[in-house]
Amino acid sequence: MASPPLPWLNPAVLAGGLAPLALMALQGAQGTLGPNVIEAVLNETGLLALVFLVASLACTPLKLLFGWTWPIRIRKLVGLMAFGYALLHFLTYAVADQGLALRPILEDITKRKFIAVGFLALVLMVPLALTSTNAAVRRMGFPAWKRLHRLAYAAGALGVIHFVWRVKKDHTEPFIYGAVLALLLTIRAVEALRKRRRSPPAPRPA
Amino acid sequence: MSDKKAPEPPSSEITPETLYLRRREFIKNAGLFVGTAAVVGGAGYLLTMKRTRPMDAFVPDAGAPLPVAETQGPGPYDTDEARTPFEDVTTYNNFYEFGLDKNDPARNAHVLKTKPWTVVIDGEVHKPQTVDIEQLISWFPLEERVYRMRCVEAWSMVIPWLGFPLGELLKRVEPTSRAKYVSFTTLMDPEQMPGQKRGVLDWPYVEGLRLDEAMHPLTLMAVGLYGKTLPNQNGAPLRLVVPWKYGFKGIKSIVRISLTEQQPDTTWNLASPNEYGFYANVNPEVDHPRWSQATERRVGEYRRRPTLPFNGYAEQVASLYTGMDLRKNY
Repeated sequence: MASPPLPWLNPAVLAGGLAPLALMALQGAQGTLGPNVIEAVLNETGLLALVFLVASLACTPLKLLFGWTWPIRIRKLVGLMAFGYALLHFLTYAVADQGLALRPILEDITKRKFIAVGFLALVLMVPLALTSTNAAVRRMGFPAWKRLHRLAYAAGALGVIHFVWRVKKDHTEPFIYGAVLALLLTIRAVEALRKRRRSPPAPRPA
Repeated sequence: MSDKKAPEPPSSEITPETLYLRRREFIKNAGLFVGTAAVVGGAGYLLTMKRTRPMDAFVPDAGAPLPVAETQGPGPYDTDEARTPFEDVTTYNNFYEFGLDKNDPARNAHVLKTKPWTVVIDGEVHKPQTVDIEQLISWFPLEERVYRMRCVEAWSMVIPWLGFPLGELLKRVEPTSRAKYVSFTTLMDPEQMPGQKRGVLDWPYVEGLRLDEAMHPLTLMAVGLYGKTLPNQNGAPLRLVVPWKYGFKGIKSIVRISLTEQQPDTTWNLASPNEYGFYANVNPEVDHPRWSQATERRVGEYRRRPTLPFNGYAEQVASLYTGMDLRKNY
């Protein structure tokens, strides 16, 4: 089934996805990011990373549920934007917040589980970003590529835990992201189960 | 062939059908591009940007000027460090009764009515009383105190408070010999403090001090800042300021002060006992479980600075804790 070409789709998602960054830069230049600029940028980039990560994980379930094909076409871009914002989030922490002071950063990552899980989520996204090209899919073979990219779910879960542990009180917002993530995972699990039941049993040697 | 019709344009000027369709397609695609980008950008904005809306409109008008004791120059407790600008002091607050984001109190605290306002002083005192805030303020000459304020979240400010020493108030009500602690309570009124409708914390907010901490001359009951009455978001009309402790000890909008024999409950300690202790003295050596307390960012600055023991007031207050294990009593 050939889907219609949508030449505007990816450029539009890219423009929309970068709009919050552009707005943040504008606010920063105007001095309207509030009294604690670094904290504001940290919160923004971290939350944007989680939003795009969850959105990238929603693409396949949307196709499964509604038969839409356009989510699959933007999945790579959305995932890459999640990685970009996560990287920006980490760099804001390491460079702007900590002034690249290596010892406090290492201490944070090793001693504080809240920072450790966030860092691990970023690390898990690195191989995903590196193998996001079509060439990488061909090189690895689709089944292996697919297996590797299940790490995105682990990164999403770690991102949610990072958010839950970051909040001082009132976990409503991080729990909403956790619930959405769980729902997306459930849709896939149900679909995988149905597929297994439908497929005929493997032929046995006589 | 008929010559009744108007002459047609030469076929060379007719737009080829493919181009004509392409133009329509281009306009359609441009529309879809703009629409999709707006949806994606709008969703990103709504989900994440609420914390960074511009706050210029919410900087409060300066309140009524308060009479400051005439003779006052810089006192022995004042810091000469650069003061945090008024707009930052009044738009970056933790006051969960008015919302969880730093800029929520500045947006929402205007619904609080601070007039009339009465304060109950009771418990282990010889002269328990219920007093109107105006009368209470009139009992003491107001002093300006420029204090560092270190939040447990590792940011800090320098604020010129206006107030009177808590010790003077306590002397006036004459604590009994059984009084060992002072307990404070914030107003409980979900209509005026909408944050209390959500069970984020156990309302009303309560705090406490040991009596010797409460009597220490650094401990201030603040009724103003920058020379004017306190803006609501900063804890009007009466709040506690204990500059060597983390900011959450500085309970706001106080309606009750009780002297007690037993150590009183404190809200953040109840909420998360392994993270927030009763003492909550600023201590760079004792980390919060989730972040280091070794450094802090002064609001308005970019580089972190080292946090000082007792927030730089060790000379005045360290002796209060002689022999105590401050890692245990955090």
